[in-house]
Amino acid sequence: MMSLKFEKRPEPSRAMLYAAPLIAGALTLAFGLVIFAALGKAPLNAFYVFFIQPVNSLYGLGELTIKAAPLILIAAGLTVGFRAGVWNIGAEGQLVLGGICGGTVALVFHGVDAWWVLPLMLLAGTLGGMAWAAIPALLRTRFNTSEILVSLMLVYVAELLLVYLVNGPLQNPEGFGFPESRLFSESATWSPLIEGIRMNPSFLIALGALVGLYFLLSRLYLGFQIRTAGLAPDAAHYAGINASRMTWLSLLIGGGAAGLAGVNEVAGPIGQLLPDISPEYGFAAIIVAYLGRLHPVGILFAGLLMALIYLGGESAQIALQVPDSVTGVFQGMLLFFILAVDFFVNFRLRMARRSQEGTN
Amino acid sequence: MEIAGFNIVTWLAATLVMGTPLVLAGLGEFLAEKTGVLNLGTEGMMLVGAVSGFIAFVETDSQIAGFAVSMLAGAAMASLFALLTQTFRANQVASGLALTIFGVGLSAFMGRPYEGEGIQGLAKLHIPLLSDIPVLGPILFQQDPMVYLSIAIGAAVIYFTYHTRAGLVMRAVGESPESAHAMGYRVIGIRYLAVLSGGALAGLGGAYMSLVEPHLWVEGLVAGRGWIAVALVVFASWRPGRVMAGAYLFGGITRLGFELQGLGVPIPSQALSSLPYIATIVVLVILSRDRTKLRLNRPASLTKPFFATG
Repeated sequence: MMSLKFEKRPEPSRAMLYAAPLIAGALTLAFGLVIFAALGKAPLNAFYVFFIQPVNSLYGLGELTIKAAPLILIAAGLTVGFRAGVWNIGAEGQLVLGGICGGTVALVFHGVDAWWVLPLMLLAGTLGGMAWAAIPALLRTRFNTSEILVSLMLVYVAELLLVYLVNGPLQNPEGFGFPESRLFSESATWSPLIEGIRMNPSFLIALGALVGLYFLLSRLYLGFQIRTAGLAPDAAHYAGINASRMTWLSLLIGGGAAGLAGVNEVAGPIGQLLPDISPEYGFAAIIVAYLGRLHPVGILFAGLLMALIYLGGESAQIALQVPDSVTGVFQGMLLFFILAVDFFVNFRLRMARRSQEGTN
Repeated sequence: MEIAGFNIVTWLAATLVMGTPLVLAGLGEFLAEKTGVLNLGTEGMMLVGAVSGFIAFVETDSQIAGFAVSMLAGAAMASLFALLTQTFRANQVASGLALTIFGVGLSAFMGRPYEGEGIQGLAKLHIPLLSDIPVLGPILFQQDPMVYLSIAIGAAVIYFTYHTRAGLVMRAVGESPESAHAMGYRVIGIRYLAVLSGGALAGLGGAYMSLVEPHLWVEGLVAGRGWIAVALVVFASWRPGRVMAGAYLFGGITRLGFELQGLGVPIPSQALSSLPYIATIVVLVILSRDRTKLRLNRPASLTKPFFATG
């Protein structure tokens, strides 16, 4: 009797490694169209509204970079940790802290028209994100506490802190009691790179982060240590690679990147502090990092795709009256599929005779 | 039993209510982890359970249907996770995150048309005679049926884990899947069962929130309780009785925040709302300090995929 059986490949398949994100994307697309059909929307039209319409203009492409910038920047930072086996999943909280710290600088120097305001905000935000990530780093290295749970719990704390601040100390005194800060001065906001579209230098910062990631991982001895710590913790230990140092480094880089992304949001498309400054970029960036194979080039494409899914969700809400939370459904599916398809990097499907079962 | 306007009996009675979703989801996570599977998707399963149960109740007007559907929905979500981690041997941490991200999106998507819909909560069940006992009566015996049911489920889980053969097999799979496999047990099948049962309990825990307290649906209703449930299993050093105790402790802390707000204590409400999250971190730190103890209690195969050989 013949049966299908999974068999471990002698070598991981490189072709599958690179094809996997494409297959996952195609499967997500196929399921997405089925969902739209089930909701009674014409699939082809839905496809157009979701994936083409948002980016068929220069303005749309600018919006794509606005959404892609935080996703790519955070994913680049998180990749260091994921390569080293450190699970910082609280980037959303680190982003919020970055927004709070950068925003506070903007409000303190409100009305000051000087070149240094924005750089100071970026610095404050990066440090804020790092400080928030330092908490799980300290607790992990000092008390052996799970960085997964601590960084995640701190997301809720950061969000509540922001809500408190925009209802209290940082509230706009002339804002009629609305939970928001003043609008930042011009010196505290990014100006568009090209007149007429919203694309701003935050996208260039994200690209810079990818270049930095590439050099860190492939050219520096530190990158080698990071990869070894992730792939073979015991070997790394014997080789004298300090696990605590890797934990600190991973969390500080991830937190700093997320914090910087947070300032870029409040100094960019938002322009003030609001109770909610991120549509879960910190979580979506985890998917971007995975979908991008924890590699700079992959992260660039994955970030653009994820940004398109955000834009598509908004577009579908307007044109098709589908709740924009469909974005979250697509994001989750994408990660599911990439994880499932990854199995075939190391395994293959084979016909096997039942009688021979157990011999391989 | 009142101190400066703070009624201890009301607080303790409400503590049981606030702890119930954590009891259910925590026991569910316990079952999965005891077989060696770390499911970080609890938050997502609770959310989908909560919204499915809510929709089922609104559509059928039957609470039983609501709870039943929430369990099915939780189990369906868990089956995705089991498929990924057990059949496709994907990384459990990443798969659990995927399940939560998916559940957050899916529940928001499904629940949008039902947001703000007003429904009837679950009536309290006064147990005859016992509910008349002073102090203890109002705390323990004037609760809604789901509180009693969750305690019964807890007792059943404890009995199952430590006093039945099947429970022994479950623990063996978590401690040494190779030995369990060699003895002829189907490791992957048992893990599937545990993960699915855990999902059903998480779904039910979510539905307790959407149908009983606070009996409504808003996006993100569960607000991190799924993650606290995961943390509870670590606090409890993988013992179901302690999972329940921990759940009520956190229920009490959460409720304390509300009570203090009601009394007009001059602390920002956001600070009080962040109490359960900060408490989770503090307790985690205290309990994970002893590395050896943590390693001894933890199911030995936790997060490790299993490949049958021979």
